[in-house]
Amino acid sequence: MEQRLANSLIMTVNEKKFIESALLSDIRVDGRRPFDYRNLTIRFGSEDGSAEVQLGQTQVIGFVTGQLTQPYRDRPNEGSFAIFTEFSPMADPSFEPGRPGETAIELGRIVDRGLRESRAIDTESLCVIAGKLVWSIRIDLHIIDNGGNLVDAANIAALAALSTFRRPECTLGGEDGQELIVHPPDVREPLPLILHHFPVAVTFGFIGKENTVLIDPTHYEEAVMGGSMTATLNTNGDVCAIQKAGGDGVLQTVIMQCLRIASVKAGDITSKIKNAVESYNTQRSLRKIKRHNPDQQGSSDVARHHMERLTVGSDQTGIASQFNEHDKTNKRNSTLKGFSGGPASWDPYSKGVDGDALRTTLASRVIPPLDKQKEESSQVNPETKSSPKSSNTNSFASTHESGLEKKQSKTLKDAVKPKHKRRNKSNAS
Amino acid sequence: MEYVSPEGLRLDGRRPMEMRQLRAELGAVSRADGSAVFEMGNTKVIAAVYGPREVQNRSQQMNDKALIRCEYTMANFSTGDRLRRPKGDRRSTEISLVIRQTMEACIMTHLMPRSQIDIFVQVLQADGGTRSACINAATLALADAGIPMCDLVTSCSAGYLNSTPLLDLNYVEDSAGGPDVTVGILPKLDKVTLLQMDAKLPMDIFENVMQLATEGCKAVANYIREVLLENTKQLENRRGV
Repeated sequence: MEQRLANSLIMTVNEKKFIESALLSDIRVDGRRPFDYRNLTIRFGSEDGSAEVQLGQTQVIGFVTGQLTQPYRDRPNEGSFAIFTEFSPMADPSFEPGRPGETAIELGRIVDRGLRESRAIDTESLCVIAGKLVWSIRIDLHIIDNGGNLVDAANIAALAALSTFRRPECTLGGEDGQELIVHPPDVREPLPLILHHFPVAVTFGFIGKENTVLIDPTHYEEAVMGGSMTATLNTNGDVCAIQKAGGDGVLQTVIMQCLRIASVKAGDITSKIKNAVESYNTQRSLRKIKRHNPDQQGSSDVARHHMERLTVGSDQTGIASQFNEHDKTNKRNSTLKGFSGGPASWDPYSKGVDGDALRTTLASRVIPPLDKQKEESSQVNPETKSSPKSSNTNSFASTHESGLEKKQSKTLKDAVKPKHKRRNKSNAS
Repeated sequence: MEYVSPEGLRLDGRRPMEMRQLRAELGAVSRADGSAVFEMGNTKVIAAVYGPREVQNRSQQMNDKALIRCEYTMANFSTGDRLRRPKGDRRSTEISLVIRQTMEACIMTHLMPRSQIDIFVQVLQADGGTRSACINAATLALADAGIPMCDLVTSCSAGYLNSTPLLDLNYVEDSAGGPDVTVGILPKLDKVTLLQMDAKLPMDIFENVMQLATEGCKAVANYIREVLLENTKQLENRRGV
């Protein structure tokens, strides 16, 4: 029976009267009109499934994580999700650390009701093995700064985080086809969650005896208002949830009017969330293209495709024959298919590398070793390269991982410097 | 599953716009300042009010109005399976908050500064609509305790199944997964103070369902007024008036 109010701001009578009388002329303290939202910014973290929302001064962070668990007995082929809220004490002087208070629980339940009963998250797609293993999604909402209207900001954070969350793909495999294989994200692209619609929460505040209505109350307005109502709607015209937990009474007509305004605002917010998620997704796919793990088969094929495209056409066969020619170990042949370039730490320009020692170190990493001769000539050849090739190496060198850079530049140099053969060919032609 | 038969009867034989049978009794808990038992069909709830009395926790004392505290619990035997319910679980905390804020809207707290009013509500039998029954029981208990209120608060729930708005859902209808709208009104002022809804509903249908729930609340208010009048007459008789 906790009485800790999230908003135990002590306001003077003057401040209260000022806010109320300003509202009679349709002006709010921060200059907004009664039905205007504050500035909304949505940012995403580096990991999938994390979002930070800033609504005016209110800041909320949402995280989504997933785990494989047993399903509930009465719902054997549906996944589950749970919402946890944490009101960080740095957000407001009245927040206490420890167990969530009443307001924290109410916020969690409002967001939960909007998502659960309206079936926004498709829980059946979270089933892996019916009756045994399902995905359990956990949504954590952390309040960083309480500038008023935590419910709306937390709801937007939850939706943004859910839209960008990716879960690893699971298949059944193994000897009897019953073993579960969870594919790591670099092997198979993780899957997004299926969201049928976006339930957006819009909070109204009722101030004063005349029941002036305003949207998106700030911290000060929350201390003054006599009642509040949170309506969760989606863009299909459905009301997903309403929470008006007591407070001042309002007429039914006022409630219907609020719902109509809320549906308009919900459309705005949904489009903002969708735009932010789209730009995040395009950035993510751009990152995916450049990020090649040198020890992976699949990515090395892609690297080779890059090489092939950038070098002049006939070199392709030249590369293969050249490597075969210089093949000193069996591993080289076998690794031609799985070629992955040199080690990140090996500098092809250093002269003082012992060929044998290099070979052993490279062989231990299953990488085709190259002898000193090659490495010396590799220094000479870059100067004689035509500009497109060097610029290509430069462009490759500019990718973020240095190992990648070394490997790419080394491969290109090796590829396009067919040494004697190449020179003979060019002399001949 | 069919919740409304083609003849227009629900699972328990009611019509869609029909409420369950109401029964109220005042003064059930002798030690409390006010108490009441309220039944809506098979849902049975007991409420006890202590106050106005001195604030027990001095740090929470408010100098200009009374402090309202509310606690909602469900008895272990209230539902079909005898579950050990943890006392501070999320649903109970939320409903306690909701009931407290609903009663705060009607109690004239400014008449009793620096004091505390405790409302304890316990569900003895749960068959859907426990929230509404608790609010109705709390209203009766507050009236029994003689605490000044600006109006009664009555509450009722309604839903929408098989394309029909249904009044006063029971547990089977509630757990069908359809929408559930709980409304609490101040009947004389005709104002909505509590409104909770879950599951999806198009806006125009929602308006119908909310209207239906409000009608149900007014019917409950009439019944509560009758019970209070009857109770007052009995008190007068006992005083020999």
